[in-house]
Amino acid sequence: MLNNYNSMAQPLWQNGPTPGAFYNFTGGQQQTQKLPKELTTAGPFGTKRSTSSITTGSSVLGIRYDGGVMIAADTLVSYGSLARYQNIDRVFPINKSIILGGGGDFADIQSIKRTIDQKMIEDQCYADGISMKPKALSSWLTRVLYNRRSRMNPLYIDVVVGGIEQDGTPFLANVDLRGRAHEDYVVATGFARHLALPLVRERKPKDRDFTAEEASELIRKCMEVLYYRDTRNMAQYTVGVCNATGTTIDGPCKVSENWSFAATIKGY
Amino acid sequence: MSSLGFEQFPDYQVPGVSHADFSPYESNGGSIVAIAGEDFVVIAADTRLSSGYNIHTRTQSKLFPLSNKTVLASTGCWCDTLSLTGLMKVRMQSYEHTHLKTMTTDAVAQMLSITMYNRRFFPYYVSNILAGIDKDGKGVVFSYDPIGHCERATYRAGGTAGSLLQPVLDNQIGYKNMNLNGEEPPVLTKERAVAVASDTFISAAERDIYTGDSVLINIITADGIETKELQLRQD
Repeated sequence: MLNNYNSMAQPLWQNGPTPGAFYNFTGGQQQTQKLPKELTTAGPFGTKRSTSSITTGSSVLGIRYDGGVMIAADTLVSYGSLARYQNIDRVFPINKSIILGGGGDFADIQSIKRTIDQKMIEDQCYADGISMKPKALSSWLTRVLYNRRSRMNPLYIDVVVGGIEQDGTPFLANVDLRGRAHEDYVVATGFARHLALPLVRERKPKDRDFTAEEASELIRKCMEVLYYRDTRNMAQYTVGVCNATGTTIDGPCKVSENWSFAATIKGY
Repeated sequence: MSSLGFEQFPDYQVPGVSHADFSPYESNGGSIVAIAGEDFVVIAADTRLSSGYNIHTRTQSKLFPLSNKTVLASTGCWCDTLSLTGLMKVRMQSYEHTHLKTMTTDAVAQMLSITMYNRRFFPYYVSNILAGIDKDGKGVVFSYDPIGHCERATYRAGGTAGSLLQPVLDNQIGYKNMNLNGEEPPVLTKERAVAVASDTFISAAERDIYTGDSVLINIITADGIETKELQLRQD
């Protein structure tokens, strides 16, 4: 019996009484536990969990401007150092007021995307004219990702959620694999956190938000910088835009490559 | 190689042997300070959210108002902070609907302790300070460790620069080991509490890379909560 240790394992603190209820002493009726499937189905080597990401998307960059948000990501999904899938959109329109950009394990992105799409269909079935807003989606994502990390079985993703709230204000947030979330006028994942964030912060006027033109130009510039310095990046990217008129995905756009300077670099 | 013990383990995965790779915890930095006076309490937190050398945002409030008499400040693992404060807000609302009154600061303090101890064996990795006005109208501060130990105090510092800030408060607010020539220490005013709290953050930002950008200060009195902001160094 190789796996006995596994089927005996009970999660800590889940076999006690719920607050206000009575303790179930042994000999009495045993309550059947409803454990999540991934904790009860054992493989040949015990319960399996993904320990790292396999097919990965690189950076996602989001910028909030006065009338909406823009989220950009290149179209490469890598398999280790192999540039495996070169024409995959990683920025998705969710509904007319939400766009979502995904980095990290692409399988996990697709999985969470399917769940979100199903939620949007349920949303539509009410036919009450009410649709989900970006703040609600990012809050929901924190709960899903936090639960998964608490079971030590995380979804290896780092997502950017953007859109327009009910009152018309733009919203931009980042949620990571542990369920950590924060809002800002610029958020980034992957290499863009190192390369693009400072570039955007440097150009932020103190007294006002970016304009759509400024945001668009910054996205273009940052995707160029990312292409030059991030080895898991490609010269092609898509930009998701969400404003008062709805959501669109622009592109694929090409990075304006210029390697004429390359010959001048010496000493490496 | 065998002397290093390498050959004792096969290359394939073996049941019962696990290798640690994913950590559910992360330190996202930030510092908090609370100082209680006779009929007021000042609670402050910086607004930097970071991990390692990355600064995620410079404008993240770490103060969570739970009622118009109680404010919770929380730093540490940000995803735990979000979960804990979210749960606290839900329970505050549930209490209000059940009992048709707002929880007192002392009750919130006890509830926070229980909520945190509920996760005794997988703790919320957070440093919490609760500040508010108690039943008698006095300013109070409660401080917590990550597993829910609760202590009532008059002033407290916590977070990444907690160990830098606490001695300053011991000296400036607590007048610890000072020769006062037999006189009583002066009564703490609201202005002095805000000034000392601000100064501790300015000092902490010099030495702690996880503290900076700006400080949000809440001044809680029986009349409500007043908010102030102070800029810190951004490097």
